[in-house]
Amino acid sequence: MSLTLDDIQRIAHLARIRLEDFDAAQTQSHLNGLFALVEQMQAVDTTGIVPMAHARDVHQRLRADVVTETDRRDAFQAIAPQTEAGLYLVPRVVE
Amino acid sequence: MSTLTELATRLNAGEASSVELCQDYLARIATHNPTLNAFITVDADKTLAEARAADAQRAAGHAGPLTGVPIAHKDIFCTEGWRTTCGSKMLANFVSPYDAHVIHQFKAAGMPSLGKLNMDEFAMGSSNETSFFGPVKNPWDTAAVPGGSSGGSAAAVAAGLCPVATATDTGGSIRQPAALCGITGIKPSYGRVSRYGMIAFASSLDQGGVMARSAADCALALSVMTGHDPRDSTSLERPAEDYTRDLNRPLAGLRIGLPQEFFAAGMAPDVAAAVEAALTEYRKLGATTVEVSLPNSSLSVPVYYVLAPAEASSNLSRFDGVRYGHRTAEYADLTEMYEKTRAEGCGAEVERRSLIGAYVLSHGYYDAYYIQAQKIRRLIANDFTEAFKVCDVIMGPTTPTTAFNLGEKADDPVQMYLSDIYTIAVNLAGLPGMSVPCGLGRNGRPIGLQIIGDYFAEAKMLNCAHQYQLATDWHTRVPGGF
Repeated sequence: MSLTLDDIQRIAHLARIRLEDFDAAQTQSHLNGLFALVEQMQAVDTTGIVPMAHARDVHQRLRADVVTETDRRDAFQAIAPQTEAGLYLVPRVVE
Repeated sequence: MSTLTELATRLNAGEASSVELCQDYLARIATHNPTLNAFITVDADKTLAEARAADAQRAAGHAGPLTGVPIAHKDIFCTEGWRTTCGSKMLANFVSPYDAHVIHQFKAAGMPSLGKLNMDEFAMGSSNETSFFGPVKNPWDTAAVPGGSSGGSAAAVAAGLCPVATATDTGGSIRQPAALCGITGIKPSYGRVSRYGMIAFASSLDQGGVMARSAADCALALSVMTGHDPRDSTSLERPAEDYTRDLNRPLAGLRIGLPQEFFAAGMAPDVAAAVEAALTEYRKLGATTVEVSLPNSSLSVPVYYVLAPAEASSNLSRFDGVRYGHRTAEYADLTEMYEKTRAEGCGAEVERRSLIGAYVLSHGYYDAYYIQAQKIRRLIANDFTEAFKVCDVIMGPTTPTTAFNLGEKADDPVQMYLSDIYTIAVNLAGLPGMSVPCGLGRNGRPIGLQIIGDYFAEAKMLNCAHQYQLATDWHTRVPGGF
């Protein structure tokens, strides 16, 4: 398997990272190098093995449905790039 | 260079105040940081305010065992009122509005912060060369890397710029730099240290820990960090424990497992000789060694480089230029704002891993890569379970070679990834691991002995390391000029 430059640009879009053409070529070479290593995994027989999602098989805890957070909107929004009237501003997404 | 116990003794005896200790360390930082680049942020006013508070606490008769002893924190831990960058341009202007659990614990213990330590960007790297704030230099040889991602923590402790430092370990980021800088570092069992406020890289692998000049110091500091925190859903419901409790136990009867796969081709001769000499020392202390096998460990690098980027691509999606951090200056629409913000804010290695993650999680590749990697992860964990049936701890090298030169592997990511070949399997299994200095290589650069324990065997591992350090002096060696 080998990733093409088109593949790299498609993945970059999925990751929402703009890649210039020069960077895309270098990324292509690095990713193909890594996936050559990753291919070793395909030779392993994992029939019947349960995927291990986590280092410890722990259950998500439940807690009482009560408010535990205090209102710190001003502190959090003080470090935001752009806010107005308590809202985060982004370019218009709905015409 | 002083140990935590020595510093605490001086404070208790009234021979020094916390303010004086902090001033001494701040002076050393001012002298050596321009060379080493171990600290990203130093703020003497904040440090001395915390030191004054610790001195007041002591004067009021409320001092704990480490009150007034200074510490420095890896810049991955959110620290209220301090810039917290995670080594990235993305967060170069981010002043955290809250404290990570780990920061809270050390503040509650009365330990003033000397500053925020350099690291690979978002903890992605094995050499500290991916930091937006420039590489850290190894105090043993400034042409060498300090290792990564906790390179700033390791270099600062090794150079005596702080007596103890926090760090994190996702694939070896505590043990590998500890080995390359000749200091002691421990990553506890997964779930033992709260990840609340610790900027996430790969959530099923990330774990906080400490670096210091000895196992005894690591035991003292780790005792402050661990324990249940309801704010981290993976924090285990186990109380904090005193990791110094077993330090003085004799090692007679200890069974040390030696994985045959670690003692094979790939380990440099000087590393092999130092590890063998350490094992000879353990046999003198009454331990026996037994060969064990971790047959799937050779797959740990490929498995890790599927799972960790997959988790990272999800975790790092929060850096979008909306709520905090960098935002690009010009954009026509929301997608362009995201894409330019993230391209400008992230360095090449972070971009690479985000792309790997997006790819292995994408439609058509998920089963072949992500699920297959999770299955092999279980095989790797099962290997350790089998090994611990015949031994109490596992030992081997921390790294295949001593520190490599700055720039040596920077253009070849796969070679860089392979420098973590002995450490990654431990994270995949969620086990505790540590590195202890055990010699100097051909080039005068330090070598680390890795000690791997079963789940929650941290006190046993620290006992093993402490007894070795009572019998040897590698941990007391100081790089020339410091």
